[in-house]
Amino acid sequence: MRRLRVFRSLVKDSLDTITHGSKKYHLWMAFLTFGMLTGMYCYSIQLEHGLSVTGMTDRVSWGLYISNFTFLVGVAAAAVMLVMPTYVLKDIDFKQAVLIGEGLAVSALIMCLAFVIADMGGPSVLWHMIPGIGVFNFPNSMLTWDVLVLNGYLFLNITIPFYILFRHYQGKEAKSKVYIPGAILSVFWAVGIHLVTAFLYQGLQARPFWNNALLGPRFLASAFAAGPALIILVLAIIRSFTEFKIQDKTIKKIAMVVTVAAQINLIMLISELFKEFYAPTHHSESAYYLFFGLDGKDALLPWIWTAIPLNVLATVLLTFHKLRNNFKVLFFCCFILFVAIWIEKGFGLIVPGFIPGPYGKIAEYTPTGIEIGVTLGIWALGAFIFTILAKTAIGIELGELKYKKNKEN
Amino acid sequence: MSNNNKKWFSLNLGRKEKESSGACGCGKTSGGCGAASQSDQMTDAAFAEAAIHASIGEEKNKDGFEQVFDVKMDRRTAFKKLTASLLIGAGAVSTSCSVIGGDESKEKAQIDWEEQFKGNYKLMTDEEKNGTVDRLVRSYQLRTGKTISMSSKNAEEDVLFGYAFNISKCQGYMDCVNACVEENNQDRNSEMQYIRIHEMKDGKGFNFNEADDNYYHEVPAEGHFYMGTQCFHCDNPPCVEVCPVQATWREDDGLVVVDYDWCVGCRYCMAACPYDGRRFNWSKPEVPEAEINKNQHYLGNRMRKKGVMEKCTFCVQRSRAGKNPACVEACPTGARIFGNLLDPDSTIRWVLENKKVFRLKEDLGTEPKFWYFMD
Repeated sequence: MRRLRVFRSLVKDSLDTITHGSKKYHLWMAFLTFGMLTGMYCYSIQLEHGLSVTGMTDRVSWGLYISNFTFLVGVAAAAVMLVMPTYVLKDIDFKQAVLIGEGLAVSALIMCLAFVIADMGGPSVLWHMIPGIGVFNFPNSMLTWDVLVLNGYLFLNITIPFYILFRHYQGKEAKSKVYIPGAILSVFWAVGIHLVTAFLYQGLQARPFWNNALLGPRFLASAFAAGPALIILVLAIIRSFTEFKIQDKTIKKIAMVVTVAAQINLIMLISELFKEFYAPTHHSESAYYLFFGLDGKDALLPWIWTAIPLNVLATVLLTFHKLRNNFKVLFFCCFILFVAIWIEKGFGLIVPGFIPGPYGKIAEYTPTGIEIGVTLGIWALGAFIFTILAKTAIGIELGELKYKKNKEN
Repeated sequence: MSNNNKKWFSLNLGRKEKESSGACGCGKTSGGCGAASQSDQMTDAAFAEAAIHASIGEEKNKDGFEQVFDVKMDRRTAFKKLTASLLIGAGAVSTSCSVIGGDESKEKAQIDWEEQFKGNYKLMTDEEKNGTVDRLVRSYQLRTGKTISMSSKNAEEDVLFGYAFNISKCQGYMDCVNACVEENNQDRNSEMQYIRIHEMKDGKGFNFNEADDNYYHEVPAEGHFYMGTQCFHCDNPPCVEVCPVQATWREDDGLVVVDYDWCVGCRYCMAACPYDGRRFNWSKPEVPEAEINKNQHYLGNRMRKKGVMEKCTFCVQRSRAGKNPACVEACPTGARIFGNLLDPDSTIRWVLENKKVFRLKEDLGTEPKFWYFMD
């Protein structure tokens, strides 16, 4: 009963916090709301007319939605990069950042689920997928594994920070005995969600571009570069807009993680390119399409040739300690690395998987305005959720939000 | 079918042998479901019990909520009644809210409700299959005033369908494509076609990359030959493995089918198919009322809705009725041969035994039941 009362008061206080803020904050939230409403409008059109309003066809049957889904799973998995040192290695530096990281994971996961639902032809019969009520093709279908691990990870990333914040809200210390096992589990789980998502593509013998043993490890490396890069950017913004103290040391340590992951990612990229282009086979055609175009069809060229130089530039800059420790350079690197990996692992990975088709047909894919609208709407939703979570968490951590016993009694 | 006793050519790429899918739920091929071979040593009652146990197994043949609730337990009937009354109750609520509320609209709403929450066809009992077919026929009648006939005929025993394509004979007339579209009620707006005819250049071999599967000129074109592809009804279909909800499966007569009402439209099967055999309804499929083929099968050419997968079923509504698929019948050159692989006297068996046959992308281990040959 007491806990319920505390929870009620927490919800009330956090509602209070998130509805009050500076003018900039309100503008930001209004902007996101506008984005979400636009996305919802676009989605309503899609619901009415079917997926034909997107650029997808029988030839290229997955597009922008699944690309963003794939990328965001990586972002979600990257929260582990903060969880591990803080909870497992007892590195106190990260403690401030870890709640932010987990908040990011929660919003990324919600975006993932939203993208999957947006991609479904029949969202009204999605209950067929709920284990117990529907028919769950487990363990044969990798998609069912993905449903399980993503929802499990979402659960972990909601409960752990919630427990900690709930204790702090009441002015108590969070008991490490309670949350450490969960934190350790989530470390393995994070690797799991990304590997399973890679297996989703890797397991298809029909698509040689994906059917590649390096896909899983490369997913991990790129995720652990792009995710923490985003976290650094978010921390930088939080640092300059709130009272929340994040030490330079913390950011520098995360930068180290980004650097190592980006280096490994680059090595794997080189290995992949070598395999595709040194002794090209029939199976290298998708890579040819991606990097050079086939039969004059070259829609992806500008994208991939933006991504590769950005990726290389960021990795090289980050490798030098002097440059990395200069925050202006660091933030710039993080931004271009994030963009580069979003392209590479988004439609740079999904779309060429379908081109050329099973019988060599080259039909290109261009997303439509409605598709882009829904995508932006879902990104706005993610940012909106993250802002709410972060604002509440920061409020509690700074002691602005506190449970007042007397008020309730 | 026993695993060691394959009835057609197989590559054996060393992939893991699946547990026998069996000719029926009990995993036996001969002598029907029950333990017929032992029946002479049993009393009738004991035999009946054994047969029921063997054929029902754990979770087979249960439908929708029953797949959950109707487990072996004391309260099973209670649960069943509870579910049924819940469904009816909720249906009643949903109809009673409507103001117009004629008997017909109530019936329509009731049907819609039951259809929305019905189970997976693959797991239905024959009774439930008939139930949903009746509902669909009635629903069509209520909506259009026209009567269709819809079958829910199951796979017959000792039948395994296979297909052969004579590359020497095909001239690219595309009569098969047209017959297929008409027979299977495919969406006319998006011009969906299950069959693709690839026009290839002589002297280039089977070079799909340079082939054209979308030609509009007089055929046969000089210096070209033709090759058709469609769903190959693989014996080890990758599309079935990946479906998260088991909305697509391999029937006992080898047909790979889709339950259009169970499909959630994730298109994972489409990505998994190496043969471009699957099609998606990107918008609501439309067929002019006059052109609708009213002789339908639940798993075959009944009307689809938007956002679900569909594919060639070797015209299940025809093949299970002992007829050739529409494409075979329509082909003016006799390039298409269809039949029962388990019947030693069938034409398809003669082709497989006397012609040099091959299949596409055999290295993927999908075991298509679709062969090519030349005269």
